Amino acid sequence: MNVLVCVKRVPETGGRVSLTSDERDIDTRYLGFTVSPHEECAAEEAVRLIEANGGSSTVLTLGPEAASDQLRAAMAIGIDRAILLETDGQDWDPVATAAAIADAIRVEAAAGVSYDLILFGNEAADSGDFQVAIRVALALGLPCISGVKSLDVRDGMASARRESGGGWEVFEVPLPAVVSVREGINLPRYPSVPGRLRAKKKEIERSVPMARPSGPTKLRLRLPAETEGKVEILGSGADAAPAVVDLLERIGVLAR
Amino acid sequence: MILVFVEQDQGRAERSSLEAISAARRIASAAGSAEPVAAVLIGPGATMAAAGLADYGVSEAHVVEDEALSAYAPAAWGRTVAQLAASLAPSIVLAAGTDRGHEVLAYAAALSDAPMAANCLEVRPGSPFEVTRQRWGGSLLEEAALDAAAGPGTARFLTVAEHAFQPEPASESSPLAVHPFVPTLSEPDLRVRVVSKVAPEVGKVSLADARVVVGGGRGVGGAEAFSELEELARLLHGAVGVSRVVTSAGWRPHSQQVGQTGTRIAPDIYIACGISGAIQHIVGCKAAKSILVINTDREAPIMSRAAYAVIGDLHAVVPAISAEIRRRQAS
Amino acid sequence: MSWLPDRARVVVIGAGIVGNSMAYHLARQGWRDIVLVDKGALPNPGGSTGHASNFIFTTDHSKEMTAFTLDSVRQYKELGVFTESGGIEVARTPARMEEFKRRLASAHSWAIEAELISPERIKELVPYIEPSILLGGFYTPGVGVVDSLRAGTLMREAATETGALTVSALTETTGIDVVDGRVAAVHTDRGTIQTETVVIACGIWSPRIARMAGASIPLTPAVHQMISVGPVPAFADTVGEITFPIVRDMDTNMYERQHGGDLEVGSYAHRAILMSPDDIPSIAESAQSPSELPFTDDDFDLQMEQALELVPEILRDERVGVRYAINGLLSLTPDGMPILGETPEVKGLWSVAAVWIKEAPGIAKTVAEWMTHGTPEIDPHASDIARFYDHHRTAAHVDARSAEGFNKTYGIVHPMEQWDSNRNVRLSPIHIRQRELDAVFFEAAGWERPFWYGANERLLAEYGDRVMPRAAEWESRWWSPIINAEHLAMRDRVAMVDLAAFAIFDVSGPGAVAYLQGLVVNQVDVKVGRVVYTPLLNEAGGIVADLTIIRLAHDRFRVVTGGGMGMRDKKWFSDHLPADGSVQIHDQTSALYTLGVWGPRARDLVQSVTTADLSATAFPFGTARTVDIGGVRTLMSRISYVGELGWEIYAPMEEGLRLWDILWAAGQPFGVIAAGIGVYATTGRLEKGYRAHGNELELDFNLVEAGMGRPTVKDADFVGKTAYLAQRASPPDTILSTLTLDDPTSSSGVRRYMLGREPITTPDGEFLVDARGRRSYVTSAGSAPSVGKHVLMAYLPPAYAVEGTKLAVEYFGERYPVTVAVVGSSPIFDPENARIRA
Repeated sequence: MNVLVCVKRVPETGGRVSLTSDERDIDTRYLGFTVSPHEECAAEEAVRLIEANGGSSTVLTLGPEAASDQLRAAMAIGIDRAILLETDGQDWDPVATAAAIADAIRVEAAAGVSYDLILFGNEAADSGDFQVAIRVALALGLPCISGVKSLDVRDGMASARRESGGGWEVFEVPLPAVVSVREGINLPRYPSVPGRLRAKKKEIERSVPMARPSGPTKLRLRLPAETEGKVEILGSGADAAPAVVDLLERIGVLAR
Repeated sequence: MILVFVEQDQGRAERSSLEAISAARRIASAAGSAEPVAAVLIGPGATMAAAGLADYGVSEAHVVEDEALSAYAPAAWGRTVAQLAASLAPSIVLAAGTDRGHEVLAYAAALSDAPMAANCLEVRPGSPFEVTRQRWGGSLLEEAALDAAAGPGTARFLTVAEHAFQPEPASESSPLAVHPFVPTLSEPDLRVRVVSKVAPEVGKVSLADARVVVGGGRGVGGAEAFSELEELARLLHGAVGVSRVVTSAGWRPHSQQVGQTGTRIAPDIYIACGISGAIQHIVGCKAAKSILVINTDREAPIMSRAAYAVIGDLHAVVPAISAEIRRRQAS
Repeated sequence: MSWLPDRARVVVIGAGIVGNSMAYHLARQGWRDIVLVDKGALPNPGGSTGHASNFIFTTDHSKEMTAFTLDSVRQYKELGVFTESGGIEVARTPARMEEFKRRLASAHSWAIEAELISPERIKELVPYIEPSILLGGFYTPGVGVVDSLRAGTLMREAATETGALTVSALTETTGIDVVDGRVAAVHTDRGTIQTETVVIACGIWSPRIARMAGASIPLTPAVHQMISVGPVPAFADTVGEITFPIVRDMDTNMYERQHGGDLEVGSYAHRAILMSPDDIPSIAESAQSPSELPFTDDDFDLQMEQALELVPEILRDERVGVRYAINGLLSLTPDGMPILGETPEVKGLWSVAAVWIKEAPGIAKTVAEWMTHGTPEIDPHASDIARFYDHHRTAAHVDARSAEGFNKTYGIVHPMEQWDSNRNVRLSPIHIRQRELDAVFFEAAGWERPFWYGANERLLAEYGDRVMPRAAEWESRWWSPIINAEHLAMRDRVAMVDLAAFAIFDVSGPGAVAYLQGLVVNQVDVKVGRVVYTPLLNEAGGIVADLTIIRLAHDRFRVVTGGGMGMRDKKWFSDHLPADGSVQIHDQTSALYTLGVWGPRARDLVQSVTTADLSATAFPFGTARTVDIGGVRTLMSRISYVGELGWEIYAPMEEGLRLWDILWAAGQPFGVIAAGIGVYATTGRLEKGYRAHGNELELDFNLVEAGMGRPTVKDADFVGKTAYLAQRASPPDTILSTLTLDDPTSSSGVRRYMLGREPITTPDGEFLVDARGRRSYVTSAGSAPSVGKHVLMAYLPPAYAVEGTKLAVEYFGERYPVTVAVVGSSPIFDPENARIRA
């Protein structure tokens, strides 16, 4: 089977986010970059599916040249091919992003590469748009399951589960399909040293997508107001237990 | 009109949808217009749930109790909302920023050839139409303009961030008109639907709904030591939540992760044990009414979010609290 | 949230391994009201300590650094945080194997147990290594790892328990007040602390903090890349942090070490990645910590391949993942040494910076002693912050030298190796003439000094084998037989030596005599025009400096000292100035040019261009006079560091070129040559047994041991007098001696010549240890062309310090026979000093 996994390069933020002076972006001077955690799991899932079923996996991203680092990181854990839809580094809105990815998948199809499964993260860590996978699926006429934390593929069918109110909802669709996954679907592996070295040597296929901005337009970013309250120290060590239980009673979570 | 997609379960509207209705009313009143708030409800129980919305200022409800839509089918539900929006021509289509809210509205927006802005906190209708929305799980805010790509009169599709608004009953209950709606669906719309459900474990308190969450971080030290936290959670009829470090280390399953990529919790009290308070974790627990921190490090970042703290080793403090609860319950 | 006092005896800024060690040692030295602040949280506030790989290799060619390291290991062991794993430095190249022999000699000099081992033995000790690419290893069983965070906590706790220390984390220093040149207060975001003493233990942030007080700490943060891979199946059954020896892959500038179930691979091989201290992110802005920057894997590519060659079993395993990878920030300095001591700019502001885990507790103990009573046990002179000149403090210099030094972290560095970057900083007024004479420049304190002159190659034919040619590449490096030819020509005729690098301070004022009398050992209340050579001591009788003082007038003296130690000596003089303002110091270094003219024809040469009477009776040795040479008014001082008739001649810097040209022209009939510093600082000096600071003279030795005790001690009190008198009262434990190399021929028939720091042994290889446990090693070595010998200086226990005693010196794994030629200070050449007095 052929699996495509779509990832996004995002900064690896620390304890506090700082903005650039024009308030349009995160100040990334000191930050590394990674892919969103959900997508890290999507890539891992792709590798596992190919290990189990045979076939080939491809990673795709839309982003600047520097995003090839994230493509290589995916190849380092075992993804076979990489496609970079190269932009000038500006943010693309979710509508334009989905259109570009759908275009790229059509180009692949025209070249004879069809995908049984197209994996996304449920939402990007930075923009949190919650819609790219769905828009790609609609554009390609494919079924889409979102928020998946357990995926089983066999006999041309995908069976997926997602969390719902402490239990699970189960979906089943025929392939080809689009699935967006959540962190927790697996525990992604670390790249091995040979894996990293192999990834370094691999080619990245590049193309320049057509920009069709149409989504929400980012005007500026700002940091939420900090609400630093005053902390009441109930005590130290085990001696604090009665005070804690008094508190629990007071706020009504412990009936006497 | 502002049209709100209301999620309901067995005839009861979800709290998050009531929040979205409250948000809709605020948007309407802030704009100075007397825009009515309408609701769309899908699935068995829709009519019953709709009845309760009068108290929240909803003036008309469109209910879909089509047999084909009894199981959740995101594409079909999305098309339903899109079709209703096309016929009602609301200025805004709104949903809660939940799994289903995001999913249904994403479909509806895409099918309406419109953009969607997720997890909005503020909406400023007008020209340009601006929203303030969450990025990075809420640790960063974005002000964005939502152009009417398809021309004037097109609806804006928005979800509102969970816990950002309180469900507010209207001062006076208005008359509610309930209209059945029958969408036109095709087979592909129904390809994806819930084919079965796995019920929650009996007696297990869901993390998202728990009134008490006992959280554990790196400071717990290992997989075995979580039994102390579980004991306390059980005594309080609460749930155990953990930080990302804990799931990455394989100490606990990801289903217990609280944070940007895990569960968002909103308990009455969050008891954070051995958690330093990375920003990714904070965004998952900031809806807690109060936070009690148990930590050896009085300088841990999470202290700035805490209302209460106990300084000390959680392995001493947590069992002592459990013992104290048992002592009082026995007496 | 912590309680911050508003007043403290000392504020230590920085709670990494250095700050914790400082707080601990200050408390042990009796300090109270110590406040330790850090802007980060404890126990890991986010500096370099938090990501250090924490291993300690003990042997360094530097005696000072080794002493700091060995003392640190001792302290870590006492704290119970040291795990001895052993360590193997491995060689992939023959050059490295040779270096290991030299390293073994250093280990022997500093009394460290070590051995050279075969690839097979390496494989036995470290089963996951690939031995086929190795030629051998340097094995140190005493190498180990420490828990530096735990050590810090224990030291904080110990100091807190005695009531001496208050710790305040999450407390950011925002300013330092200086009043009348002295620290007055530290401002933090939690309040202000009045204090007269501040210790900057801020690692990579130190320059930023120092600047708040108007001081300078010339270091730069730089990236050290490290990855951690795991889980390693080979480590699955091991217990604890480390069971296998740490491996340093010296030829690739890397290390591999077990860390629990993981293997850490670190590198000093990538391009130097420097950062400005102002660009370090805040704690809040950092994804991990401010000193753990995102890994840049392009920089690590080559190292990854090299690591694969060495530990293929682990790294080729597809199940072993890269779990952690950082660009860790650490501190680099322009000369590779730490930056310790009170800043010259601000009284009471102490720097303890650019200190790594392996040496931190030892350094902290030293600095605490220094702060408390001024007499540290380990001599910190090479790390003294006062060593820097202004140009050293520029970012251009710091960055250039730190970058150049970074890749030498595991390098094979020749003792005379010269820097490539940021040269031509300080140029002699005769620089243009030096270039015309094809000078080969070595650098000292930024000065470009000819070490020899290519133009003198013609002398090689004149002197033939007397120039003691060298065949081995190692000791031919940074050396030329021309040095020895210049030496012989000087002894035969006359040489002119450029000494522009001298540091010169004029001391003046009504209190000048009393001040100098109280500071230096020898009598300086002498007639105007007398020149005095004198050592300086600290209160414990350790040797701080040696220099010459000329009495220019009843209330005016000129102090002349070497350029290398000039700024440090200046601080020593400044620190002891009387508070009443009765003495002033004027730095004349950049105002005065110094030219040496020495040799049997020196008088004839200078006399030919002056009307002054230069005869021995009119101008005896040890005097100075104003003399007009041509149209240049000079001060001539009749002294010599090369054992010849002649003078140091001082003239205005801008007239230096004219002075040189006049003398050079006048010297032609006398066969004058230009001689380089090779003659001045090595051959000429060694033949005369003159001691050099940093080699023979340091705190570790006293004047009696150095053979510099005088028959009488002046009446006046001076710093260290009590200790000096005590030293004189008992026989020395060791005596500085001059040895000659009996036979330089190696087992392979090559003549080899030691360069210094080699261990002295008995003929059958037993190390010489004195009553205080000090081993004998070569303090200086070089040719003595006039006597046709290679000579070595070394301190020897009294039993061996007997002229004619046969001993041996270890050099590149072989023992060479040597003979004790002279015990004490008399020279092996011209022992009557007839030439000087001629």
